[in-house]
Amino acid sequence: MMGSDTRFLLILALPFLAAALAPILFRRLPAIAAAGLALFPAAAFAILLSALAPVAGGTAILAGFNWIPELGIHFSVRLDGLSLVFALLITGIGTLIVLYAGAYLGQHRDRGRFFAFILLFMGAMLGLVLADDLATLFVFWEMTSVTSFLLIGFDHEREAARRAAIQALAITGGGGLALLAGFLTIREVAGLGSMTQILASGEALRMTAAYPAILILVLCGAFTKSAQMPFHVWLPNAMEAPTPVSAYLHSATMVKAGVYLLLRLNPALGGTALWETILPAFGSVTLVGGALLALRASDLKMVLAYTTVASLGLLVMLIGAGSQEAVAAAVLYLIAHSLFKGGLFMVAGSIDHGAGTRDIERLGGLRAAMPLTFAAALLCALSMGGVTPLVGFLAKETIYHALVEGDAASALLLIAAVAGNALMFAAAFLVALAPFVGDRPGAIAHPHEGPPALWLAPLVLGGLGLAAGLFAPAFHAAFSVPMASSAAGRPVAIDIGIAPHINLPFALSLATIAIGIVLYLTASRLRRALVRGLEAIGWGPDRGFDQMMRGLLRGAFGITRILQNGRLDIYITVTFTVIALAVWLPMTLTGTLPAVPVMPHLRFYEWMVLALILIGIFAVVRAKNRLTAIVSLGIQGFAVALLFMLLGAPDLSFTQFMVETLSVVVLALVMTRLRLSPSDHRPWREMLPDVALAVAGGAGIGLFLLRLTQRPFDNALSDFFTAYSRTIAHGRNIVNVIIVDFRGVDTMGEIAVVMTTGLAILALIGIRVIRRDGAPAAVSPAAPAAGEARP
Amino acid sequence: MEAALAFVVGMLFAVAIYLLLSEHIIRMLLGLVLLGNGVNLLIFAAGRASAVAPPIIPVDADVPSAVTANPLPQALILTAIVISFSFFAFLLVLAYRVYQDLGTDDTDRMRLAEPEDDDLPPLGY
Amino acid sequence: MRSVILRATAPYLTALMVLFSIFVLLRGHNEPGGGFIGGLIAASAFAIYGIACGVASVRQAMHFHPLAIAGAGLMLAVLSGCLSIPLERPFLTGLWAFPAVLGGDVGLSTPMFFDIGVYLVVVGSISAIALALEEEDS
Repeated sequence: MMGSDTRFLLILALPFLAAALAPILFRRLPAIAAAGLALFPAAAFAILLSALAPVAGGTAILAGFNWIPELGIHFSVRLDGLSLVFALLITGIGTLIVLYAGAYLGQHRDRGRFFAFILLFMGAMLGLVLADDLATLFVFWEMTSVTSFLLIGFDHEREAARRAAIQALAITGGGGLALLAGFLTIREVAGLGSMTQILASGEALRMTAAYPAILILVLCGAFTKSAQMPFHVWLPNAMEAPTPVSAYLHSATMVKAGVYLLLRLNPALGGTALWETILPAFGSVTLVGGALLALRASDLKMVLAYTTVASLGLLVMLIGAGSQEAVAAAVLYLIAHSLFKGGLFMVAGSIDHGAGTRDIERLGGLRAAMPLTFAAALLCALSMGGVTPLVGFLAKETIYHALVEGDAASALLLIAAVAGNALMFAAAFLVALAPFVGDRPGAIAHPHEGPPALWLAPLVLGGLGLAAGLFAPAFHAAFSVPMASSAAGRPVAIDIGIAPHINLPFALSLATIAIGIVLYLTASRLRRALVRGLEAIGWGPDRGFDQMMRGLLRGAFGITRILQNGRLDIYITVTFTVIALAVWLPMTLTGTLPAVPVMPHLRFYEWMVLALILIGIFAVVRAKNRLTAIVSLGIQGFAVALLFMLLGAPDLSFTQFMVETLSVVVLALVMTRLRLSPSDHRPWREMLPDVALAVAGGAGIGLFLLRLTQRPFDNALSDFFTAYSRTIAHGRNIVNVIIVDFRGVDTMGEIAVVMTTGLAILALIGIRVIRRDGAPAAVSPAAPAAGEARP
Repeated sequence: MEAALAFVVGMLFAVAIYLLLSEHIIRMLLGLVLLGNGVNLLIFAAGRASAVAPPIIPVDADVPSAVTANPLPQALILTAIVISFSFFAFLLVLAYRVYQDLGTDDTDRMRLAEPEDDDLPPLGY
Repeated sequence: MRSVILRATAPYLTALMVLFSIFVLLRGHNEPGGGFIGGLIAASAFAIYGIACGVASVRQAMHFHPLAIAGAGLMLAVLSGCLSIPLERPFLTGLWAFPAVLGGDVGLSTPMFFDIGVYLVVVGSISAIALALEEEDS
């Protein structure tokens, strides 16, 4: 069933509108600006809520218009279970983030810019998940890369922030290009231009020969965006951004874009051996690796960043596991993760705000000073740890349930899931518990709760996680079932509740928590061991990125040095070598060398003129002084003019005469001042290759011309001009009629060129010459007269 | 006639290329002038040079009474001559200015825009 | 180059050459000649005048800055092309009128004004170049 409603096209405009207003609002009404801006995503959220009932009933709402009709590209959106839940998370968490950022940034100088960026990002992300047309999707996909670049590099005066921003752009933008190639391939081989068409195509994509190429290209896009190892490095480095950005980008939005794409394309691309190998392999490695790296970090935000990497790995692994239940598990975990990770990032920001540091080793005993933040943190951490009755518990039970039922391969995945979850359990409580319990270090002088938004926003997210768990049946009906059904491509039933059943998954849950507690208690020893281990390895993808960028610069520099070596003689040699090859190769390869010409029967004076040209040009080469060179040049020029006259071209002849006269005058004027010798100083070993190239080029052009004139001539154009010169254009001099009438536009361009060179020459002469050694050179006083010559 | 023209054009190109390969900027300019003439004659010969009557229609006729020379290449060359002259003048002045500025006419020693010992660009972010 | 004979005859020579150039320009549509050739002749006339009598007197004689002449020529060429637009013909379509003046037919046409534009551009640009170089030389 499909419906259509343009309201959902308009909500896309709301964040962009807010972004445009942000800088003005912060200048005019700074007190209520953040709250005012939060109204825009809130309105979008409210409109989206109204779609819940029809979408839960299985309807996909479509809207759009023709964008580039010539290419069959539309601007269209598709609202179904999957995109609706994503859109709700983006606008809902987005509203809280805007409020939180208003409090977090306080009186920051560039608040307006920050809010413009983050709202732009919100619009891009919303467009990404709503887009139906592949071109629309790609545009929004790259827009998220660009806006996240701006957000990560917000603090652009620090090199670390610039580096993180460039890294994120290079990795996610590069993946975006691969994705574009994938989309174009889909369009080319299967003729599918939108998600709706792709979802309706059934087996079409899996059956094409290009399927492996399509899959790998799309996965490159998804894995870079969703930070799968080894592309994960940009995500922890992006912690250079202000905390609200981290809370937004790394919980529900940016990093989930890749996961969204995988869920979206699962019905069309999934289910194959390739899919079920690559995704679990990357996912499980990312899960365990990310979780281990999380325990190494001591900065709260870094811990959270690496657990985000691990969570993304878990999601990718689940999508690749293939079963319907695994998809259901991925959907539940995705929603749970968006809520608890967004909340925990906000908590980390609030701790930083209240206590002045984010270093786990220097935090402690904040529970009395920041009770509300503590409550929010606990709610989120319990959800992350998978403790009933929070939504995280539902997710983890479903994960274990889905993996337990599989074969030997999924047993490996099960082990990875338990290990990853246990590590993440420890990490969650390192962030949410450790800073609040124990003794308060003396360095933290005045810990305090921040403004209400700083604790309210994470508390809301934690509370939502609790509510989703408590009212599990309603939650499933409204959100997880429609979403999972869209992602699986057929109806999926989810009935997991918060009441534990005694079975294998529950046992695994208990084991996870037990291992997690042990890891939490030994965290600082574990951290030191991990740090030592990584130092021993001494290399990682992050350093690899630096090496790659440096290599790129060095490589580019080297190539430029070769291609653009600054030596004019080499440029000219290359140019004429190419020209010589271009005339010689086709003639010799296709055997179309000209026939040997018969000796032409020319009159005596025609021989004389030709000889005069040859004498002139050889005299130019051999000339030992300026005067000889100029005179010789004039001789060959006048001889060419004579030749034109003999060959029935009086106009050319006159023009050539005048130009040769002026050339000699101008040359004489300049050369007398240059005091240069025009003679050659080339030694023999340099001269020989030059002579060879000159002979090859000259002979090639000569033979080319000979060949050309031996072929039949198509006279159509000249006949046209001759026939109509008088009858239409009222002119008897056909050459002149062509110049001023038939081909007048050409002539107009040409006189414009003549005038431009005149201007350029006057400008060149007018420039005051400064010698490179610093002393002004002698310039005649009349030189700057160009502009003041009017009497 | 075309065969003879082909020979002359080949010679003009050969000498022009040889002069352009020189390191002295004045010789390069002389080469450019020869190259311009060579190209003009090339276009002219490509339009055939058998008929030698100027492409002009008699006063009392609507079309030429006899076969005339091909007017189209003539129109192309006519503007080309003027443009190549103005470019030649531009290059001449440029060379003159460069000579005043850098004190050399040797293109190998004109390294202002592309210095020989250019350093690596900064490798940071 | 400052010979007395040349300096004495240069103004007359220049005037004659400019007159000749205008003749070449106007006959160009029917006989050999035209804007490019006429312009080159006039420009060399000014160049000779400059060599003989100095650039300052040429500038005085030309009254306008050479590049202003060239600019006017370019504008004239463009305007003569635009004339066909109100008549809903493509840009640069030739328009002709044959008013009877002094008993004879005079062909007035946009290509003629276009050619005059070409002439002015060539005169202006080339003489600007030549005069600038002569100034350098002095």
